[in-house]
Amino acid sequence: MSDDKQVNKNRRNLVIATCAAGGAAGVAAAVPFAASWLPSERAKAGGAPVVADISTLEPGQMMTVEWRSKPVWIIRRTKEMLEGVKRDDSKVSDPQSDVPMQPEYAKNEYRSIKPEVLVLVGICTHLGCSPQEKPAADKAEMGADWEGGFLCPCHGSKFDLAGRVYKGVPAPVNLEVPKYTYLSDTRILIGEDTKGA
Amino acid sequence: MAAAEKPPVTGTGSVALDGLLTWIDARFPLISTWKAHLTEYYAPKNFNFWYYFGSLAMLVLAIQIVTGIFLTMNYKPDANLAFASVEYIMREVPGGWIIRYMHSTGASAFFICVYLHMFRSLLYGSHRKPRELLWVFGVLIYLCLMGEAFFGYLLPWGQMSYWGAQVIINLFSAIPFIGPDLSLWIRGDYVIADATLNRFFALHVIAIPLVLLGLVMAHLLALHEVGSNNPDGIDINKHKDANGVPLDGIPFHPYYTVKDILGVVVFLIVFAIIVFFAPEMGGYFLEANNFIPANPLQTPPHIAPVWYFTPYYSILRGVPPLFHSQFPGVVAMGLSVMILFALPWLDRGAVKSIRYRGTHFKVALTAFVIVFLILGYLGTEPITVWGQFGGWLGHADRATVVARICTVIYFLFFILMPWYTKVDKTKPEPERVTH
Repeated sequence: MSDDKQVNKNRRNLVIATCAAGGAAGVAAAVPFAASWLPSERAKAGGAPVVADISTLEPGQMMTVEWRSKPVWIIRRTKEMLEGVKRDDSKVSDPQSDVPMQPEYAKNEYRSIKPEVLVLVGICTHLGCSPQEKPAADKAEMGADWEGGFLCPCHGSKFDLAGRVYKGVPAPVNLEVPKYTYLSDTRILIGEDTKGA
Repeated sequence: MAAAEKPPVTGTGSVALDGLLTWIDARFPLISTWKAHLTEYYAPKNFNFWYYFGSLAMLVLAIQIVTGIFLTMNYKPDANLAFASVEYIMREVPGGWIIRYMHSTGASAFFICVYLHMFRSLLYGSHRKPRELLWVFGVLIYLCLMGEAFFGYLLPWGQMSYWGAQVIINLFSAIPFIGPDLSLWIRGDYVIADATLNRFFALHVIAIPLVLLGLVMAHLLALHEVGSNNPDGIDINKHKDANGVPLDGIPFHPYYTVKDILGVVVFLIVFAIIVFFAPEMGGYFLEANNFIPANPLQTPPHIAPVWYFTPYYSILRGVPPLFHSQFPGVVAMGLSVMILFALPWLDRGAVKSIRYRGTHFKVALTAFVIVFLILGYLGTEPITVWGQFGGWLGHADRATVVARICTVIYFLFFILMPWYTKVDKTKPEPERVTH
C-alpha cells in the first residue's frame, strides 16, 4: 500500500488505463445503438427507384408519382410554357442552376433531359412543404407577369415552371431535380440514372 | 450504528404510529428528509403570486405522467394504426377522451407554468448568484420539455404532426456537410415514416421523461441547497434567531404547502374548464389540421407549430437565407434558446429584484416581453398576415419585417444585458423582506 500522502504512480497509471479501456468499450458499445437509427433494409428497399409511364401525359399536363413517399412531378411543357421559363430568367435567383440541385445532365435552361418533360421533386427547399401548381392563368393571385409555376402554401416561396426559385422568397435554392433516366420514350425511371445503376 | 443515535419518533399522538415511524427511521432517513425539505426548510415569508408556478409545473408533470401512462395502454405507435388508435381512445375507450384532453391541455399548461416560472426569475433575479446552477438545471428542464412536446406531437399522426415534424427535422438538413445524413439518421427513412414514429414514441414515453425526472430532482436539490430567492431579491440568512432560523423565513410545510394548495385549486378549476369546454382552445392547443390523417403527398395550406414554439419559429422564419442556405435561421433559432443558459452571467445588476432596479432594466424587460409575445403571435400566422409594405420598401411582408425587428430586440435584451444592468441606477435593497 502507498502511504497516505504519496500517490502510487503505478496504481494511478493502472486506474487511468482501466478508465481509458472502459471508456473505449463504452463508446464502442454505443455503436449498435446509434446504428439502429439508420434506415433499415426494409426502409432502403422502400426507397428504391420507381418507373413512371408518361405515354398519356398531354402537353401542359402534370402528373405526380410517389418516390420515397415524396411527390415527384412530371410535366410535359408546351412551347408557351418553355418561352415563359426563358422570360422568368430575370425574376429567379439562380437562373443558370449553379447550385447543384439537379444532376449534371439537367443543368440547363429548362432543367431537364428533354426540354419539354420536366421532372421535379415536389418538396419546397425551404422547410419541406409541398408547393401547389399555379398555372399562368392565375394572374389575379400571382401578379400580371406570372408565367405559371408553383407556390408553397407554407411560407409563400414561388418557383417557375423549371422549378427555379424566385428572388426574395424564403426558399434558398431551386426545387430538386431527382436522378432519372429514360427507359424508353414514354417510360422514365426515377431515383436512378445510368451512372447510379 | 446510526440507528442507535437517532432519537425515537414521538408526538404523532399514537403509540403504534410512533413505533412504526421509529422503526422506519432507524432504517431510512425519513425524519431527517422530511425536516430538511419540508418542516425545517425555511422559505422567505414574502412569496407572492409568482411563486405558484414552480409547484404547479410539478403538478402538471404528475398529470402528464399519469395520463400518459394510461394513453399508452390504447395507443398504437404504428404509422398505419396511430391516427385511428387516437380516435379510438377519443370515441370508444371509456374515459379515453378526458384522459387524452387532460394530456393535450397539460402540454400547453406545462409551458404556461414554465414560462411564468421563468419570467418570475427575470423579475426577481432568481437566476443570480448563488442560484446559477439552479437556473441551468431549469433551462435543461425547459429543453427536455421542448423535446417532449415535439416528439409527442408526432404521435397522433395527423397532418400537422407529420408536416410539423417534417419542418423541424429538415432544420437539421440545413447544417452544412452532415445535414442531409443527419436528418436521414433522425428519421430512419427517406421521409418521416413508421420508423420515425416508433422512435419518437420511445423517446416521448421513456427516454425524455426519465431525464426530465432526474433534472427536476436536481433542480429541487439545488434549490434546497441554496434556499429560495424572494421578491426583494435579498438574502434572508443575514438575520437569524438564536436557533439559526432566518427571521424572515417560515417552514415550507405547513405554510407554503397550504399556499400552494390554494394555487392548485385555482389552477385545477381553470384546467377543468379548458378540458371540458375548450380543449382545442380555438386551434391553439390542438390544431384543426391534426384531425386529418398524415398525408405525405399533401401539405396543409398553413403550417404552424403549437403556440409554445411560435416565438422561436418566428425567429427561424425571419432570418433571411445566406449563400443559398437557410442555416443562419436555424442557428438564430438555436441561439435564441441556448442564450438562456448564459443569463446568470450576463446580468451584472447591483440588485436582484425589479423592485430596486432602475429604468434601464425595466424598459429592457418590458421590451423583451412585448417582442416575445409579438414573435409568438406572428409564428401562429402566415407571413402575409399583415399584408405588404408599399413600393419604397420593396413590397416586403410587413410581418417578416416586424419579426426581424423583434428578433434583433430579443437578442439585444441578452447581449446588452451586461451593460444596461451595470449602469442602471438602482435603489438600495432593504435589510429585511417587505411585502
